Amino acid sequence: MNLQSMPLELEGEEGCSIGSLAALLAEIAARLERLSAGGKGSAIDLRALPFAPQEYEALRGHLGQGEVSVRIDAIGPSEIFETRYPGLWWVTHCNAEGDITSDLLEITHIPEIIKSHPHDIKAGLASFRAQLDREMQ
Amino acid sequence: MSHQAALGERLAEQGISRRAFLKFCTALASMMALPPGTATAFAEALVKAMRPSVIWLSFQECTGCTESLTRSDSPALEHLIFDMISLDYHHTLQAASGYGAEKSREDAMKSFFGKYLLLVDGSIPMKEGGAYSTIAGRTNLDLLQEAAKGAAAIIAVGTCASFGGIPNAKPNPTGAVPVSDIIRNKPVINLSGCPPIPVVITGVLAHYLTFGGFPELDSLGRPKSFYGETIHDRCYRRPFFDQGKFARTFDDEGARNGWCLFELGCKGPTTHNACATTKWNGGTSFPIESGHGCLGCSEPNFWDAGSFYSALSMPASPLKLTADAAIAGAAIGVAVSVANRIKKRAAKSAHETATIADLEK
Amino acid sequence: MNQDLFLTWVRSTGLDIALGIFVLGIFWRLIEIYSLGRKRDLAVPRRRAGASGMHTLFRRSLISPRTYGRSAIGYLAGYVFHIGLAVVVLLFAEHIKLIHALTGLSWPGLPSQFIDAAAVVTLAAMLLVLAERINRPVKRFLSNFGDYAAWMLTFLPVLTGYLASRHLLLPYTLMLALHISSAELLLIFIPFTKLVHVFTLWGSRWYQGDANAKKGVAV
Repeated sequence: MNLQSMPLELEGEEGCSIGSLAALLAEIAARLERLSAGGKGSAIDLRALPFAPQEYEALRGHLGQGEVSVRIDAIGPSEIFETRYPGLWWVTHCNAEGDITSDLLEITHIPEIIKSHPHDIKAGLASFRAQLDREMQ
Repeated sequence: MSHQAALGERLAEQGISRRAFLKFCTALASMMALPPGTATAFAEALVKAMRPSVIWLSFQECTGCTESLTRSDSPALEHLIFDMISLDYHHTLQAASGYGAEKSREDAMKSFFGKYLLLVDGSIPMKEGGAYSTIAGRTNLDLLQEAAKGAAAIIAVGTCASFGGIPNAKPNPTGAVPVSDIIRNKPVINLSGCPPIPVVITGVLAHYLTFGGFPELDSLGRPKSFYGETIHDRCYRRPFFDQGKFARTFDDEGARNGWCLFELGCKGPTTHNACATTKWNGGTSFPIESGHGCLGCSEPNFWDAGSFYSALSMPASPLKLTADAAIAGAAIGVAVSVANRIKKRAAKSAHETATIADLEK
Repeated sequence: MNQDLFLTWVRSTGLDIALGIFVLGIFWRLIEIYSLGRKRDLAVPRRRAGASGMHTLFRRSLISPRTYGRSAIGYLAGYVFHIGLAVVVLLFAEHIKLIHALTGLSWPGLPSQFIDAAAVVTLAAMLLVLAERINRPVKRFLSNFGDYAAWMLTFLPVLTGYLASRHLLLPYTLMLALHISSAELLLIFIPFTKLVHVFTLWGSRWYQGDANAKKGVAV
């Protein structure tokens, strides 16, 4: 029998809540408040919080999906999307095998990882000019 | 590659983008229970870091710790740690051998005296002057003491280096001792486990490179971010423990239903490690999830803590004294009774009748 | 000695020594006491309904109105803690497993929430009993070191056991080791203190009932 087909029933699972969801939503509200008032962005590590299984799904339902979704391919895929609440982003990093390595909620104007870094821009500009020079020849 | 090239350039050369590196640092920060915001700071600091020299000394060990680190499932991300350090000496991984290898070790230790990181796996034998384990004719004790002199800090990798491990188990024929028994004047961090989880090694190295020191340690010198909680506290089978649902054999209905393995000898309640959250093989599972109780491999003397299949509430070794004690007790009881009877009889025969005359005296 | 080594020691050598001394002591004391015997009663035994050794064995477990009247709280607290102690020791799954490992006997236990409740009630009752002993002048006057020591020897295993199972106060490994070692200490001292009444009270009651029954009195 493989691991997936082995039955694992936790009694009291239906409707079992350990209160994480309510606490998390309150925390998100406070941080959005701070961002809206001109304060700094911040992030919440979802893997550091204990969730009952259906609480995690309920969180997805609560936050929904907004207009923006970004996919990054850097040694494995990363899915980033803005939830239905602007400023609240869900960032999921996976490795090359597709296992989740980090799962975060970022309360920010735009997650750091999407932005292009000044050093990378400088390096890119150098090779752009080099390419341009080659084509001029 | 020279030590002088900063990490950022080296990563760029290998086609590892800044974003890939930031992903790696985010995962590391999460593993180390650091706030997610520090990932950026982590990445910035690591990218600018000069690669420190690392000397890895292997003593009485089985090489499992190195295997754990190098056979990790998502090599690209976890092997990044090898790009962040300059591994100047490692028996299993180095290409050189013989006196040439020993010379590079000596050169690295001299050039970076006071600055290199010393990693040790395996215990150090002390009996017969340390003759049980020698490298290039020198005892492990000698090599460790010499290397420790110029080390900035020492990381004891695995339970053997941290607590003595299997060589240290009864009767400890080689007189094996852990690193911390020998080196007392340098910072030593213990990454116990047989073997330790790979990301524990990676995480601590990254922490050292970024912050220049070790994370907060518990009373046994282990980083609290990985060893702060017991397996029991984070085990997904805990609801079954709390409900009293235990598997009694490895193939009964309870076992098939994934019930708690306490009665099959699981040492989860007394073992501190990150197996239940971080898991093994890239987060696939850990022993309990695979149906076998925890051995307690990150705790000192776990080899001598009674059978792996004997629950914590059971005796750790068979009783030897009870039968003899019963006989001895019975014998004493009989002897005392006989003595009492003799006393009674003697008192009786020594009893003098008192007359009125005696009382009037 | 670190806490892991301590726990392993109490689970192996410590247990061996404690059980050894316990068994030795019980055999010794019981043989010593019962071999003393009593003088043969040469009178013709009388008979009276409801008067016998067995009757007294059970009757002495009932509440005696006179004693109750004199000190109700202490009296009831005594009942409560004895029953609570029996529940906690004999009906907790892990203890039953231990007894099974040592003797082969086993029986069903109670859910752990009941055992937790019983433990708390036992601790409260024991504190009451101690308070009574200290506050009542006659009881205090009659009490000696042995009485207080016996109380402590019995209280500590219940307290440390409760703290261990709830993961309170100290790290679990150390708390469990302290619990086991306090139980072993109790085992060592049972045969040599008044706690030996666990074994001797049955014989005493029976004898009292039998001796008085022969005189025609139901006690």
